Amino acid sequence: MRPTSPAAPVLELAGLTRSFGSLRVSDAVSLDVRPGEIHALIGPNGAGKTTLIHQISGLLRPDAGRVVLGGEDVTALPPHARARRGLARTFQITSVIPDASALDNVVMALRPAAGAIFRFRPDPAEDRRLAAEAAEFLELVGLGARTTIPAASLSHGERRGLELAMALAPQPRVLLLDEPMAGTGREESLRLVATLAGLKGRCAMLLVEHDMHAVFSLADRVSVLVGGRIVASGAPDHVRNDLQVRAAYLGDEAALC
Amino acid sequence: MSTTLLVVQVLNGLQLGILLFLIAAGLTLVFGVMDFVNLAHGVQYMLGAYLAVLFWRLTGSFAAAIPLTLLAAFAIGLFLELAIFRRLYARDHLDQVLATFGLILILNDGVKALFGSAPLSLPIPDALSGSVRIMDGLVYPFYRLVLIAAGLAVAAGLALLVSRTRAGMLVRAGASDAPMVSALGVDIGRLFSLVFALGAMLAAFAGAMAAPLLSVESGMGDNLLVLAFVVIVIGGIGSIRGAFIASLIVGLVDTLGRSFATDLLKLALSPSAANQAGPAIASMAIYILMAAILFVRPAGLFPLSRTA
Amino acid sequence: MTGPSRQSPSRAVAIAVPLLIFAALALLPLAAGFGPKSYILSLGARVMIFAIAAISLDLILGYGGMVSFGHAAFLGIGGYAAGMLIDGGRGDMLIALPVAMLASAIFAAATGYVSIRTKGVAFIMITLAFAQMIYFFANTLSAYGGSDGMTLYARSTLAGMPLLKGETAFYYVVLALLLAAFLACRSLVASPFGRALSAIRQNPARMAAMGYDVDRIRLVAYTLSGTLCGVAGFLLANQAEFVSPSYMAWQRSGELIAMVVLGGMGTLHGALLGAVAFLALEEILADLTPYWRLVFGPLLILVVLAGRGGLVGLLDRRRG
Repeated sequence: MRPTSPAAPVLELAGLTRSFGSLRVSDAVSLDVRPGEIHALIGPNGAGKTTLIHQISGLLRPDAGRVVLGGEDVTALPPHARARRGLARTFQITSVIPDASALDNVVMALRPAAGAIFRFRPDPAEDRRLAAEAAEFLELVGLGARTTIPAASLSHGERRGLELAMALAPQPRVLLLDEPMAGTGREESLRLVATLAGLKGRCAMLLVEHDMHAVFSLADRVSVLVGGRIVASGAPDHVRNDLQVRAAYLGDEAALC
Repeated sequence: MSTTLLVVQVLNGLQLGILLFLIAAGLTLVFGVMDFVNLAHGVQYMLGAYLAVLFWRLTGSFAAAIPLTLLAAFAIGLFLELAIFRRLYARDHLDQVLATFGLILILNDGVKALFGSAPLSLPIPDALSGSVRIMDGLVYPFYRLVLIAAGLAVAAGLALLVSRTRAGMLVRAGASDAPMVSALGVDIGRLFSLVFALGAMLAAFAGAMAAPLLSVESGMGDNLLVLAFVVIVIGGIGSIRGAFIASLIVGLVDTLGRSFATDLLKLALSPSAANQAGPAIASMAIYILMAAILFVRPAGLFPLSRTA
Repeated sequence: MTGPSRQSPSRAVAIAVPLLIFAALALLPLAAGFGPKSYILSLGARVMIFAIAAISLDLILGYGGMVSFGHAAFLGIGGYAAGMLIDGGRGDMLIALPVAMLASAIFAAATGYVSIRTKGVAFIMITLAFAQMIYFFANTLSAYGGSDGMTLYARSTLAGMPLLKGETAFYYVVLALLLAAFLACRSLVASPFGRALSAIRQNPARMAAMGYDVDRIRLVAYTLSGTLCGVAGFLLANQAEFVSPSYMAWQRSGELIAMVVLGGMGTLHGALLGAVAFLALEEILADLTPYWRLVFGPLLILVVLAGRGGLVGLLDRRRG
């Protein structure tokens, strides 16, 4: 294992390949995410984004290639073990614990890092400590006044915020954002972009997103996935020009957006 | 152990396997297509046996009793689907378990109330009685061979139905992707009713065919239901092919295990230890087999590929 | 939302119902003096024993969302452990009860390990199959009566004293164990582990993404639940002074589920109430007709088709 230096990537995908039958859905995908940066991954529907996300989070094993998290090869590890090593994520369809209050949701996110899963008696003192910590993260996403509301009763936008707080609470190395703008209204998505911009630097993010406005206003680097391959990667302006060139000559911008 | 004994036990195992397949086939489709837990499938096997006795008493003819049983079982299956099961498809598995468990209680006690709790019997029809000499020193009851043949014929028919007809194609598609099938404009409700009634009919066929060999009594379907579950889990939920192969495996392992486990153990253990352990191991063999298969392949031998 | 909904009961009900039940149970032996005392005491003890089993099932069913159709296996394992140890002259509760619990725990851990890796429908079928396996295994135990079962020549002693011999004393020992089980489970479901278990029922993918080992948590819960049900089996064999494979009959597993759901799952005291209601109903109906299941079956179907939340839900709604 390589030692993790500040400049080393926190997440590295090396040659990820995965086929379903004869269809190669990920074709030697390599990319990395460096500390503190937002790396956006864009691509048309059917480009293989979901399959790639599953391989990063551990729901699918690649046929070939490696997933390296903080210098450690995690390719063979299940999702929960990757989470314990600093990978947090949000889901395309907001995923929270519906019956638990907003605060309890975030407390739940803090427990694994506190080593407090297999505790078979209530521990009010620890509950209070974790609740205080959790409240700060709810504040961060603008839910400071909604801590006692059950997650199921929050508005859609509030649940998005809550999920973000749950992902950030254990202070992950890298946060995987799976189409956070999907299904949000215009105003809400602007607010979410602002929130994410405010969180920039807290941890590295891999942002998988359709919304080009969000991508180009947030990302430090952009990679483009088409047909299971990375076809372009680099600074946003560079990729944007590249895309415009392709659109002009090849006419595949419609497919990209 | 002699060769003849082995052949006899293999035939017995096949016979159990065929019965299991007739029960498991409908059940696995209902699981696969509708994601529905039907514990009451075993009592439909029992109903088949009781109906066969009833129609035999009414008509005096086995040949007439069987088709009448199939018709009645189909009708009962249709009725149950419309009256109860249909309301449960959208519910969670727990609701389905409880409601179908309630149905088992009703039917198991219902046949007792109607027919008395003493076991009934159905004689083997004259035309199918007697034995056949298969090889030197081996005679085997003709009726049991008929049962195996009838079961295989039904299995072949079912395979054709599922693989060659439009309805079968829809059922297969429905098993892996129900929303897609309803998006095709198919009346999924009617398809479900048909699959359900067909499954009930197959189970009743198994019960009716087994009736001359067994005592017809309340609860006779319960143990077979659990065996059918083992078959389905081993074969892969929703897979007819898996159900067929797993049925034969379970039928053979169970039957051969019960016949030969003690003898086999005597090779390794003292006779008294083998006499103790033999039956115990034989009674658990198929469950241990199930555990072993699931350990390696949690989705069974022939898992349906579901699109993620 | 489909299915019998889990309760988030009002605080008052969650405190008042168990308080009332336990007070009534504690006072029952006094009232029993006015009626057929030994009948009432033995029915009462039987109800409490099944309440322990139902509470143990509620842990995985109501909180964990795992539909186990094989829970009666643990009644049998606990029962046979009691029977075999008493038979072997080691029937003291201080030895036999821990052994019964350990045997149940081992069976739960081994079968749970295989079952929990599968999901949904398969879990139901596999738990049923494993229970059936141990049922048939017990049938082959010719040294212990085979399918006829075995009669225990005495009840367990407690630290050498024949405390379980008298009906009243036995009743209070069962009550004490039920209370202990209830309080332990209450504490468990409020603990970090219990909350994680409940959250996993609601959203396993989210919990895994936060670093919870979902299968392991479920397995631990399944094992704890089986262990507690083994206690009920131990007591049942002691009460009947008899144990047979029928303890593990699969209908028994179905009845345990019915108790939990009828009472209202995910509340613990719902399971308690469900056990009382189920056994009372069985007692009354079986008195009227040998075909009492002809009445109970439709009742069960109606409750499923119409019902929400069982008896506890009813109490909650009445309070508005």
